Amino acid sequence: MSVSVQREAFDVGSEIAALTSGVHDIGAVASFVGLVRDMHGGTNVSAMTLEHYPGMTESALEEIVAEARKRWEIMAVRLIHRFGRLDPGDAIVLVIVAGAHRGEAFAACEFIMDYLKTRAPFWKKEETTEGDRWVEARQDDETAASRWTARRS
Amino acid sequence: MIKLLYFAHLREALGTSGEKIELPVGVTDVTTLRSHLALRGEAWSVLTQSQSLRAAVNQRMVGTEALIADGDEIAFFPPVTGG
Repeated sequence: MSVSVQREAFDVGSEIAALTSGVHDIGAVASFVGLVRDMHGGTNVSAMTLEHYPGMTESALEEIVAEARKRWEIMAVRLIHRFGRLDPGDAIVLVIVAGAHRGEAFAACEFIMDYLKTRAPFWKKEETTEGDRWVEARQDDETAASRWTARRS
Repeated sequence: MIKLLYFAHLREALGTSGEKIELPVGVTDVTTLRSHLALRGEAWSVLTQSQSLRAAVNQRMVGTEALIADGDEIAFFPPVTGG
């Protein structure tokens, strides 16, 4: 199972071990972990709740992983995204990409995160000292995702 | 029947996470569905007034011209903010 949408925390080390154990043609593993920050736009954040669209979330993530596999020669991908209430410091998302060499692994890992940011149906609501608020989408994320479009062959 | 789902800020503004309705007469795509729902009143006017609102038909993100047929699941939501 390469994609998981779950409430539970994950362990990066054991996920990497599971992906690479017994596979000896992997030369590079790139990973990304996204965390809840205690500050956003100058306001203290005490907790965050992630809402998602069950069903569509899983298929959107699987589609992003499939697209990465089409674009780069990568051997294995593990993608975990959490939902529910999270505290500052908690991990939200994990992407692990294994390949023969680092170039493909780094690129595919970044691509998956950029696409996830603009295409996976998750929404963050922050609890702050000024009340609860929904996080606004950032134009930077659209820009980051769009730079991969030019590479589509 | 069509199934409608609302998420995040939109779900709170409308006071519902979803419903099932008969496919309204004259509704053929996402734009006409949004116009139909906006007629329900004040809170619902966001469906035509919001430029940023996104839609999915049968769990795939679509544009405003996407066609709608009986039996479809249509979701409306703000731009996504995961990761």
